[in-house]
Amino acid sequence: MLDIKDLQVRAGTKDILRGINLKVGIGEVHAIMGPNGSGKSTLARAIAGHPEIEVVGGSITYTGKDLLEMAPEDRAREGVFMAFQYPVEIPGVNNAYFLKAAINAKRKHHGLPELDAMEFMALVREKANILHLDPTLLNRPVNEGFSGGEKKRNEIFQMAVLEPKLAVLDETDSGLDIDALKAVAEGVNAMRSPERAIIVVTHYQRLLNYIVPDFVHVLQDGRIVRSGGKELAVHLEEKGYGWLEAEPQLM
Amino acid sequence: MSQVVEREKPASPQLAHYVAQYQRAVGQAPAQPRWVLQARESAIAQFERLGFPTTKLESWRFTSVAPIAERSFAFATDGVAAVDTKLTAPLSGNPALAVAVNGRFVPQLSSMKALPKGIQILSLEEALASNPAQVEPYLGKLTLPQTNAFTSLNTAFLRDGIVMLIAPHVVLETPIELVFASIADGSASVSHPRLLVVAGEGSQATIVERYVGSGAAFTNAVAEVWLGAGAVMDHYKLQEEPADSFHIASMFVHSARNGNFSSHALTFGGGLVRNEVIAVLDGDGIDCTLNGLYVGRAKQLIDNHTTIDHAMPHCGSHEIYKGILADQSRGVFNGKIIVRPDAQKTDAKQTNKALLLSDEANINTKPELEIFANDVKCTHGAAIGQLDDDAMFYLRSRGLSVADSRAMLIRAFAGDILNRVKVAPVREYLERLLTARLPHAD
Repeated sequence: MLDIKDLQVRAGTKDILRGINLKVGIGEVHAIMGPNGSGKSTLARAIAGHPEIEVVGGSITYTGKDLLEMAPEDRAREGVFMAFQYPVEIPGVNNAYFLKAAINAKRKHHGLPELDAMEFMALVREKANILHLDPTLLNRPVNEGFSGGEKKRNEIFQMAVLEPKLAVLDETDSGLDIDALKAVAEGVNAMRSPERAIIVVTHYQRLLNYIVPDFVHVLQDGRIVRSGGKELAVHLEEKGYGWLEAEPQLM
Repeated sequence: MSQVVEREKPASPQLAHYVAQYQRAVGQAPAQPRWVLQARESAIAQFERLGFPTTKLESWRFTSVAPIAERSFAFATDGVAAVDTKLTAPLSGNPALAVAVNGRFVPQLSSMKALPKGIQILSLEEALASNPAQVEPYLGKLTLPQTNAFTSLNTAFLRDGIVMLIAPHVVLETPIELVFASIADGSASVSHPRLLVVAGEGSQATIVERYVGSGAAFTNAVAEVWLGAGAVMDHYKLQEEPADSFHIASMFVHSARNGNFSSHALTFGGGLVRNEVIAVLDGDGIDCTLNGLYVGRAKQLIDNHTTIDHAMPHCGSHEIYKGILADQSRGVFNGKIIVRPDAQKTDAKQTNKALLLSDEANINTKPELEIFANDVKCTHGAAIGQLDDDAMFYLRSRGLSVADSRAMLIRAFAGDILNRVKVAPVREYLERLLTARLPHAD
């Protein structure tokens, strides 16, 4: 589904990603771990198409298409979704209104009829229930005045409504207490499906206790330095990222 | 208004042009009461003395009226024949509607069927002919002390317009719509629309005043609005004249104690636009809200000057002006708040924000506080910004197009003002106008 080859990203004069190779198959859950500054978030943003990410080499192929050639909105309509590490507050834009515009933009792209207000509300209520999301958040401006946990839950809620083929969760666990973390993980697990791939970007192993990945990759200095199964995350948690330097070139 | 008057050079040909126009107009006007003729006479003398303002004057520093001053506008004909009735159609269902074309009240385009008891809407010419005593205490009383050359020019040509008289304690349930159409039929022409509103004690009304037009017209409008004690008024001024027109308008508001006045200055059209709102809070416990939204594109210049004069204690004023400027358009905002020595416990708040949609758009904004009382609360703030890149990416990452994302953020920016528009058909109309005026291309 997703094939990243030798991806290189530069910010100013600094190389952030120095040749990433990663294959994600349909139905798989991959975790990308790494210390601060290793390039995890940059990779997530490169997949989503953030305009400030300057790709200087390599390729990303998504369902056979050249993802790097696509505008962020086209990626989204084709099924790519990124849950933001820092969800943006948008004063004056109603959460439900925004979500309805998003879902209908996607439906239109796929030649489906737009949802009317009733159909939309029914869908949104169902998804909000699954996530135990306070329904009043829907009538508030997007993320404005939301707590950290509410913002992250709102991201997962959007994901649930938009039903992406490829979801990238960018440090969705950062800043969450254990209850919020469980709620978010529950939401993500409910989305696990043979039709969907999920990439979980995280600094800590904790989230992976709840969202158990099929594969774990460790990113350091803009490169994937280890790949393995879920046990790799446990190993990292026990030994810390320092272990990577102590035992280089293990993979 | 500043009392310092610069004496201009001896009358230029342009000034002489308007003086000659004035003399012809006086000759052709129907018989008018002596006090009207005197007001007109002193107004043309003042206009001649002041001349058109130049950018040397502080209050005109960022707005050059040279495109008006250098042109000799013909005196507008009645224009009625050339009016497209689509222009003057009301926004809401079947309201009481008064239409003036080139400053002249037009009964056949107006509709008074929905006019409730206790309200009179009539032409100024008729009011001056039939019962001048009714308007004498009010007409020109707020404008006379002013030293604005455009206001003087309007008064010099005082003949017709719209008069609205609301009896004490009358409560209007539906808005009254007033349409001023400026029609330049062939050559560039000037008209001087005039509005007088007298709201009796304890009355309540909503007024939607709309400026429309065709051609390179110069609209030089003046409104005087009087609120009796405890009167409540919600006032909308919607300006949507064509891009090659000129629009200079002043609204003078006077409120007695416990009055509640809200103004919404909504500017979309016009090439060169200057709106002034001057509110005198002349009694205890008055609440005054001045809101504004202006949307500029191409080479439009939109200037909003407001003055809130807190003359008495325990009054509140709240002011939010927001501008959306695209292309090479320019905005000017100047918000003056005067707190006179007697006006203790004044609570005044002013906010002015501008959203610049292009690198070539710009805004000059200035608060002007003159505070002579010591127990008052006055705050002001200004912010100028562009569309937030992070918000744009967030919306696009959910599948919204660039155009839709921009429109959503711009609508959100305007929301402070639009959501305060209480008349639903007007609010919906404004939403459509805003969408239609946004730059579509990225």
